[in-house]
This record gives sequence, C-alpha cells and structure tokens, in this order.
Amino acid sequence: MLEAIQSALSFLPDGLVTLLIILLKIFALLLPLLGAVAYLTLAERKVIGYIQIRIGPNRVGPRGLLQPIADAVKLLFKETILPTNANLFLFILGPILTIGPAMAAWAVVPFDDGLVIADIDASLLYILAMTSLGVYGIIIAGWASNSKYAFLGALRSAAQIVSYEIAMGFALVGVLLAAGSLNLGEIVTAQQGSVVQWFMWPLLPLFLIYFISGLAETNRAPFDVAEGESEIVAGFHVEYSAMTFSVFFLAEYANIILISLLTSAMFLGGWLSPFEGILPESMLTGGALGLLLGSGIHWLLLKTAFFMFLFLWIRATYPRYRYDQIMRLGWKVFIPITIVWLLVVAAMVVGNVGPWFD
Amino acid sequence: MLENYLPILVFLVLGLLFGVGPILMGYMLGPSRPDSAKLSPYECGFEAFEDSRMKFDVRFYLIAILFIIFDLEIAFMFPWAIVLGDLGAYGFWAMFVFLAILVVGFAYEWKKGAMEWE
Amino acid sequence: MAEIRNYTLNFGPQHPSAHGVLRLVLELDGETIERADPHIGLLHRATEKLAETKPYNSSIPYMDRLDYVSMMCNEHGYVLALEKMLGITAPERAQYIRVMFDEITRILNHCMWLGAHALDIGAMTVFLYAFREREDLMDAYEAVSGARLHAAYYRPGGVYRDLPDSMPKYEPSKWHNQKEVDRLNENRQGSLLDFIEDFTRRFPTYIDEYETLLTDNRIWKQRTVGIGVVSPERALQMGFSGPMIRGSGIEWDLRKKQPYAVYDKVDFDIPVGVNGDCYDRYLVRIEEMRQSNRIIKQCVDWLRNNPGPVMLDDHKHVPPKREEMKSNMESLIHHFKLFTEGYSLPEGEVYTAVEHPKGEFGIYLVSDGANKPYRLKIRAPGFAHLAALDEMSRGHMLADVVAIIGTQDIVFGEVDR
Repeated sequence: MLEAIQSALSFLPDGLVTLLIILLKIFALLLPLLGAVAYLTLAERKVIGYIQIRIGPNRVGPRGLLQPIADAVKLLFKETILPTNANLFLFILGPILTIGPAMAAWAVVPFDDGLVIADIDASLLYILAMTSLGVYGIIIAGWASNSKYAFLGALRSAAQIVSYEIAMGFALVGVLLAAGSLNLGEIVTAQQGSVVQWFMWPLLPLFLIYFISGLAETNRAPFDVAEGESEIVAGFHVEYSAMTFSVFFLAEYANIILISLLTSAMFLGGWLSPFEGILPESMLTGGALGLLLGSGIHWLLLKTAFFMFLFLWIRATYPRYRYDQIMRLGWKVFIPITIVWLLVVAAMVVGNVGPWFD
Repeated sequence: MLENYLPILVFLVLGLLFGVGPILMGYMLGPSRPDSAKLSPYECGFEAFEDSRMKFDVRFYLIAILFIIFDLEIAFMFPWAIVLGDLGAYGFWAMFVFLAILVVGFAYEWKKGAMEWE
Repeated sequence: MAEIRNYTLNFGPQHPSAHGVLRLVLELDGETIERADPHIGLLHRATEKLAETKPYNSSIPYMDRLDYVSMMCNEHGYVLALEKMLGITAPERAQYIRVMFDEITRILNHCMWLGAHALDIGAMTVFLYAFREREDLMDAYEAVSGARLHAAYYRPGGVYRDLPDSMPKYEPSKWHNQKEVDRLNENRQGSLLDFIEDFTRRFPTYIDEYETLLTDNRIWKQRTVGIGVVSPERALQMGFSGPMIRGSGIEWDLRKKQPYAVYDKVDFDIPVGVNGDCYDRYLVRIEEMRQSNRIIKQCVDWLRNNPGPVMLDDHKHVPPKREEMKSNMESLIHHFKLFTEGYSLPEGEVYTAVEHPKGEFGIYLVSDGANKPYRLKIRAPGFAHLAALDEMSRGHMLADVVAIIGTQDIVFGEVDR
C-alpha cells in the first residue's frame, strides 16, 4: 500500500514524499493511540465502577460509550486559567514537555515483526531517554504554578520518578543481557520458541520490579503521592484547568499504555503467540485458525490490555503508600534486588544456562 | 541507518505539537473571564501565607545526586550487557568488580542514612 | 547558621480530606509536621443558643444535626437529660428500640468512618462497600421515622412510634425492571424487624470483606501502625472517650460503666487496643461493629416477643394519640398545650451522657423552671479529640495528618455545634 502512495505522489520532490509517508505512518499510530487513551479513561471508570459495585458512566451514548468524547468536548470549552503568580511561559511549557516525550517514545515501539515506525538499534535507550524526560514537565509545572500544593507535588514526583528510574534501568539491563540487543524488535524475537522462552521466567524478579516501577513512573496508585488526592489535593497540576490539564492527563494515560506494552514486549514475548511450541506448527501458520492462534499484533494488544487492567485493578484495591515508604521501597528493596539479579542473569548468560541461554 | 532517525525527529516535533495544539485550541474556544480570586494560587480557600518558592529539604538534592551516579552506572552497563555473550567470563568478572565498588558506595550511603526520610 | 524557616500551609477547609470544614494551619519542615493548628468554627450554627429560645421538644431535630452521621445517638443523649429532669422513664420496649437504633447508628457511623478513613489513605473501594451497608440501615431509619438522616425519632417518654409492620419497597421504573426490583425487594417482604434481622445475618460477612481489603494489607499497616500514638495516660489527660480512648487500651465504655436504657440487659464485649495507634483504633472500631451487630440481634429477638407501648401515657409530657384527639376534649387541650407552650422542667441542672459512636456525648442542661432551657451545653467528643491533633501529628509526615484526622473520626457538626 505504501508503494502505491509513493508512486501516486511521485510528481513531488523525493524528500517531500518521504516526509509525507513518515507523517502518514505517524498518524496511523497516533490516532489509534489517542483513541486508546480516551477509552482507557472510560475503561478505568467502568472497571473500577464494577469493582466497587456500581456501574460507572452510563448516560452518554449506549452504556456510556461516548463519555470520553463528551469529556473531551467539555474540557475543550472550559476556561484556561493562568494564575497571576505563575510564570506563564513555564506554566504552559510544563504540559507540553510532558506530552511531547510521552508521544515521541512510541516512534520505536514495534507492534509486529517489522511493524515499527523507526527501526533503530538503540530503541530501548531511546525509550529510556524519552520516559525520563517526562519528569521535567512535572517539575516545571509544579514550580511554575507558584502554589504550595503544586510545589510539594512536583518535589515528591521528581524524587519518586528519579528513584524508580534506577530500578527500572537495572531491570532493562537485565533484559539486554538476556536478549543481547537494544532493538525492541530483536528483544521480542529473542523470546521465540515457546512460552518457556519468554523473559518473564529467567527475569521474574526484574519483571515484577519493572512493572511496579512502571506504576511509580506513571504516578499511579499505590504510588500516586504526586497527585495524592487526599493529601496534596491534585499535586503538581492543581492550578491547571481545561486543556492544559487534559494534556497532562493524556500524557499520563499514554504512558500507562506504553509501560504496559513495553512490559509485554520485553517480558511476555510481545506479539509472539503463547501457543508456540505447544501446538503443531501447521495450526499456527495456515488459515483463519493460524491467524488467530499464530503470532501477531493481536497477542501484543491482548497482553497490553492485561497489564492496563492490572493498573486499574491495583488502583481500586490498594491504599496509597506514604512518601518516605515509596522512597524506601525504591532504594532499599528494589535496587538491591535488581543488582543481585543482574549478576545472576549475567552468570546465567556466561554459563549458558538452559533453556534460555543455551 | 541514519535515515531511520528521521521519523523520530518528525515524531518529536509532532508530539510537542500535540501539546501545543490542544492548549491553543482550548484557549481560543473556552471563555476567558478571569478575576482575582480565580487567578490566585490554590490554598484550600485561604490566602497563601507566603511565597511558595522557598527553601526545601536538602534530601531532595541528595536523591538527585544519587540518581545521577546510579543512572551513569546504568549507562555504563548498557553496552556491556549487549556484548556479554561474546565477552564470556572475563566480561562477567570485570562487571562484578565494577558492581562491587558500586555496592560498597551504596552500602555506605545506606549506612550514612542518605536514604532515610524520617 | 541561618534561621530555619518552616513552611506554613493552609490545609482545608476546601480540601478533600478536611472532613467538612476543618482548617488546619500546618507548619512543615520539608514534609514533617512541626505544628498543626486546627481552626474551627466554620460550621458554627449556634445550636446551644438556639435551644435556649424554644420549647424542649423543638430542639430534638437540632440534635440530629450536631453529629450528622450518628443522629439518633445525639437524640438519645438529649432525651435522657429531659427524662432525668422530668423524672420519667420510657417503657421498656421503647428502651429496647432506642438501644437497637443506637447500635444501628453506631454501625452507620463506623461504616462512614471506615470508608472515609480508607479513602483518605487511598483505598477507595472500601468507601463504596461501606456505603452499600449504610444504604440498608438508612432504609431502616426511613421505615421507622420517615427520614433517612435527621430522624427526630426519640422523644422524652419513649419513641415517636412503634416499629412498622412493613418495609417500603422499590418500584419498577425506567432504570429498574420488575426482575431487578423483585431482587431488591426480596428482604423487604416482612416487617422492619425481619429486615433488620436479615441485615444482622449478612453484616458479619460484609465486615469480613472490609477486613480482607485492609486488615492484613501491608500498605494499610505501613500507613497506620505507629501513627498518631496516644499513651493511655495522655488519652485520659486529654479527655478522650469512645474508640479513641479504647484504642489506647483503657476499657472505658459508658454502656458498661454507667449503663443507660437497657444496655445492662444485653450481652456485648468492649474491644480495647494495645498500642494506641491508628491501626489499633481501626481494629477497635471494626470489632465494635461486630459487637453492635450482636446487640441488634438480641434487641430484635426481644422486640419480637414483647409487644407493648413505646410511649408513656402521661399527656403532660407526651402528646396524646391522634385518634383520641378527635373525640376527647382533654386530649385536644393536651395536644395544643404541648405543641405551643411545651412542658416546663423543674428548676435545677442535669448532666447525662451516652456512649456515642465517637465517644462520650454529654448534655448539660440548666433549667430555671421555664419551658425552655436556661442553658444547654453539649459535650461533643470530637472537640476533645481535635484538640489533640497537634500532639498526635507532631513529627509525622503530611500524609499522616490525613490518617490522623481520619482516625479521630471528626465531624464538624458536633465540633463547631
């Protein structure tokens, strides 16, 4: 299909065509992503609703299905409040700096074999860089607001994100050790073979720590002290309204989806089918059944959806950690465990321990 | 090789535009009727006592410095992790020594109470 | 060394965990509390002063509005004061009804407390679970008094009317079809007593649900164990009562120590804590709910087997039956007198206290012999507890203040009065 478009546009200069095609690809990714973000908010309200024996939004559209659209329209027509004491430039820059990297990180995410916008070798490094950038938006927003609650929230979230970044980084090193590549696509294909080959087994502690750090990185319950509804009201975005606020929201949910997707790609074999190595090869490749049971993007989405559900489930179940307890958990529990397990994994790699590294 | 990075550049610009666009749109579409109460910083309904930008706990700096150290370690480990399969036992022991030094530092911080919050 | 300046922060009244209108001025060092200064009075409605201007019975509805999550217990305190001054005692059936509704109120209050406390600490699901049970109990309130919150059900000389023989039922509507309505009405087929008995059967499993979510939860324990510790000595010195003092390990419960109504005839235990921290107070209140359930069961059994009057027949203090008023001149006059002038209390003063869900709720009443009080002083348990907030939260972190406000079970209706 891309070739067809390319040839149809051949009257334009070459560079422009490349750019147009890139833009096309990006929109093909970003628009569904925005839809997913919008409907994740609905899913969150519905899932938590059912957990809490209520039914969640059910007024806008059939079964409340149009609720996210109504929310978006409402937020669009709300007044953008720019507090007098705030530093206006930074105040606006905050949300933009949060969403920019949250979106850009998606450039290197592979959805299927070769289905990726930018197939670069350092993709994991790039993702680490992009997710780390998000914290600047939060710090800037909290500082620019010139409100004590926002300031406290920004400090809390900066320290928290920074601390869990380390545990997350170590967990990533474990993945690199196991896969021997920085390219996300290659990391997924390194898990080929069967369910046993998935990195969640040799890297089990790192897998759990990565997911929990993901909760902390995205400021989700039980690590949501940066927002801390009942403590510091809304934390760093307490002064934000209308679209400035919703941009933070978009970034948060895009990050949730990203973390879920990365967890399933790096530890659960991404788009690989769980039936590999169990069912005969013929069932996985041929016909409609093969499309369903064989490897493909639907497995990645399913695994991602499972982790997103975990995000919501955890939010509905657990009380919030206190700030110092979060730091203690990050520094005194996660980092030592990851360092020890890194050495274990390295030893396994060097010693060619099967069935993963032989 | 390098042309693979072009989409990333485009993506970054687009990502920032995704921030700028909605904010601009919201600013133009929404009403704008500011008053002094609405624009004052939120402090639970009362006037703020003082400016909110002030000295705060030194421990935040400590955490930031610790973070930089550890993050650098991680950056060091990235290339090592990829080629460990080729390096074999030599690579393992080299990193073991490196990590051991790191752990000594880590234990020192722990002992010194850099990670205590109470 | 440069002078260390603390961060001063307004916490409330416009704050999700200010429990209404608490305004705290916090002095913070980083996130550590140096001083917590509660400012009260934002919900002051002059209840005590208002009571001085109207006949005694007209103040009963004001009592509901003091601690607006434990309505009937407030009424009980006030009504007991009036009865003591008048020298009358309610019929035994009325006393059993009062005890039953006191305990229903206690469960209502503790459910509300549990939900709000858990929500403050970030566990939001408990809140809605607790409100599911409150719904049933408020239906019981509604069945007996017509109001779901401000019942005005207790009167000097008994209770306003006997327990109804039927429960109000749901009706089919646009949102609930017949099948759903049938399911909702399943336990509403019999009398109010049947409904309450059914509730007491279900309630222990509900408490187990709350406990599953919280009691052994590591995060919950980390957030509550060792937070806001009050030693038994300090608890006594600061005038704590109710679960706050029992959490510190002092077995003090007016229902046992100075039994009123029929508390000496029902069987129940008083749970006490050991460490005096938020977690112990949580456990105490959870166990109190189980004990309340036990008391309600016993009351239901007794009430089922002992029909009788629920109001005295003394029409100087108690309105006559509507039916009699239609045919009897005397009754009509009594009614008119009672509802215009009211009755007069003998000169003197009285203090009565009840074991309110939050602690000792006392009414100090001074009468100069007129038909309205000369002075009415309400001893609200939350007031003494709030006074200890500074001491309890000093040295803790900002997030703990929220837990401590929660554990104190503060309601501003009674603190500000």
